[in-house]
Amino acid sequence: MSTEAPQRHRLEDEFTSEHHVYEPHKVGLPPIGSYVRELWRRREFAVELARTNLRSQHFNTVFGQLWLVINPILLAGVYFVLVDILRSGSRGDEFFAHLMAGLFAYYFVQQSLQQGVRSVVSGGRLILNTAFPRALLPISAVVAAFMRFVPTFLIYIPVHLITGLPIGPELLWLIPIMLILVVFTSGMTMLVAAGQVYFRDIKNFLPYATRIWLYATPILYYAREVPDRYDWMLSVNPLAPIITSWSAVIDKGSTPPLDDMLLACAWALGVFVVAAVFFVSREREFAVRL
Amino acid sequence: MPSASDPRPAIHVEDLSVTYRTSVERRPTLRSMIVRAGRRERYVHEIEAVKDVSFEVPRGSVLGVVGANGAGKSTLVRSIAGILPPTAGRVEVNGRVSTLLALGVGFNRRLTGRENVVLGGLAAGWSREELAAKYDDIVRFAELKKFMDLPMRMYSSGMYGRLAFSVAVNMDPDILLIDEALSVGDARFKRKSFRRMRKLCEADATVVLVSHALQSIKDLCDQVIWMHEGELRMWDEPDAVIEAYTEFLEVGEDAVTMEDV
Repeated sequence: MSTEAPQRHRLEDEFTSEHHVYEPHKVGLPPIGSYVRELWRRREFAVELARTNLRSQHFNTVFGQLWLVINPILLAGVYFVLVDILRSGSRGDEFFAHLMAGLFAYYFVQQSLQQGVRSVVSGGRLILNTAFPRALLPISAVVAAFMRFVPTFLIYIPVHLITGLPIGPELLWLIPIMLILVVFTSGMTMLVAAGQVYFRDIKNFLPYATRIWLYATPILYYAREVPDRYDWMLSVNPLAPIITSWSAVIDKGSTPPLDDMLLACAWALGVFVVAAVFFVSREREFAVRL
Repeated sequence: MPSASDPRPAIHVEDLSVTYRTSVERRPTLRSMIVRAGRRERYVHEIEAVKDVSFEVPRGSVLGVVGANGAGKSTLVRSIAGILPPTAGRVEVNGRVSTLLALGVGFNRRLTGRENVVLGGLAAGWSREELAAKYDDIVRFAELKKFMDLPMRMYSSGMYGRLAFSVAVNMDPDILLIDEALSVGDARFKRKSFRRMRKLCEADATVVLVSHALQSIKDLCDQVIWMHEGELRMWDEPDAVIEAYTEFLEVGEDAVTMEDV
């Protein structure tokens, strides 16, 4: 059709404020370029929503913020004692540091998922009232989880120093690894947030899933200690290569193993792309599903 | 801003159909889907909310939308707002849109009025500076100065509606879409909102108003469409459409239907 080209051009204007054309694309994707542009334009919304949600959970009070760091430290302590008893008291200080750093990284994932799973469903009125890229809602949950992660990581730093784990420029590897974790977690959060719209009991299964996932990830133990017959568990777990790289930097101050890093990147990008396509292609249906 | 010389209509709807699938249950779960699949029951059903509707709204005019419950009015307005995608046909909108489709500015009753206004505005694509500039006007128009820092669960439904309306009209929209929101305020606030909408129209804005309050429709609108079971039954002057619609309702233009209930 000769009219095809100009219409496609106008579709670019999806969310812009002046001229809009809406045409069928229920199962397909909206134009990616303008979607991403609008998403970026409203990044303030994701940050503000994260901040507001943390505030409404009383994290702006002194005790609220204190709890934010005390809670993960307590849990790290409890897990350490538990694992140490099971290993007949053979665990040293450096294992406590390993456990703490791994656990805090894992809580970032867990918090994102737990806040994110509700993000779309509880966005009810806003979704019914306003046209905006819905991916902002799960992204905001990831932002909130990151805001909670940062103070816990600051607490970890003295532990790292006291236990005498290596310090060096290799520690900078933690930044790209964290980036991989953020990409992976954003993908997972979009998946559960969209899934929750269709199946409202995902929220109820999620705590069990994240607990099992924690046990299947080399945090409460070193990856090298896993017996051969459980190797498959690490090879199917997308968090395993990410956390293994993370721990390699934390524990030994070494460059993370290349194969783990590549695997981690592949998982993160793969999950993110699949999740983003799923979420964005479904998001315009959310208004009638709430 | 679209200029006054812009010949395009503010809203142009062409052969619009909106069909969507929704789950049978109010709160769908994996568990119930598995149970239903075992019994071979249908889990989703399809709703043809809008069928092949075409009309346009010239700039600076007010379009009223009437029809019984479930006639597809809300779906129609949502697809003009870009919230629901068309299944067929196309919708063209020229101008900056402000919506008041679901009661409440937006978000979360646990949050304060101020937080809700900020979040709603940012989601709609306004910058912090624009919001800050408009914020006082919004609060003044809604007459809620003392309540902005209280959680919205403490608001009465009238206050809720007033704030929502105030946000929608104070964003200087070219196009304002309102879905049954005028019934919440008291008579004084209603008059105030009518005046405000007229003022918007004088400034060349376009309003689409969905309401069961036929007197409001009569007072405010330049033209009216009547939706019936997803189809466009009539598109004409307010008096003609309302006469036909009330006749259809077999009630006549008595006080009950004309009243803003």
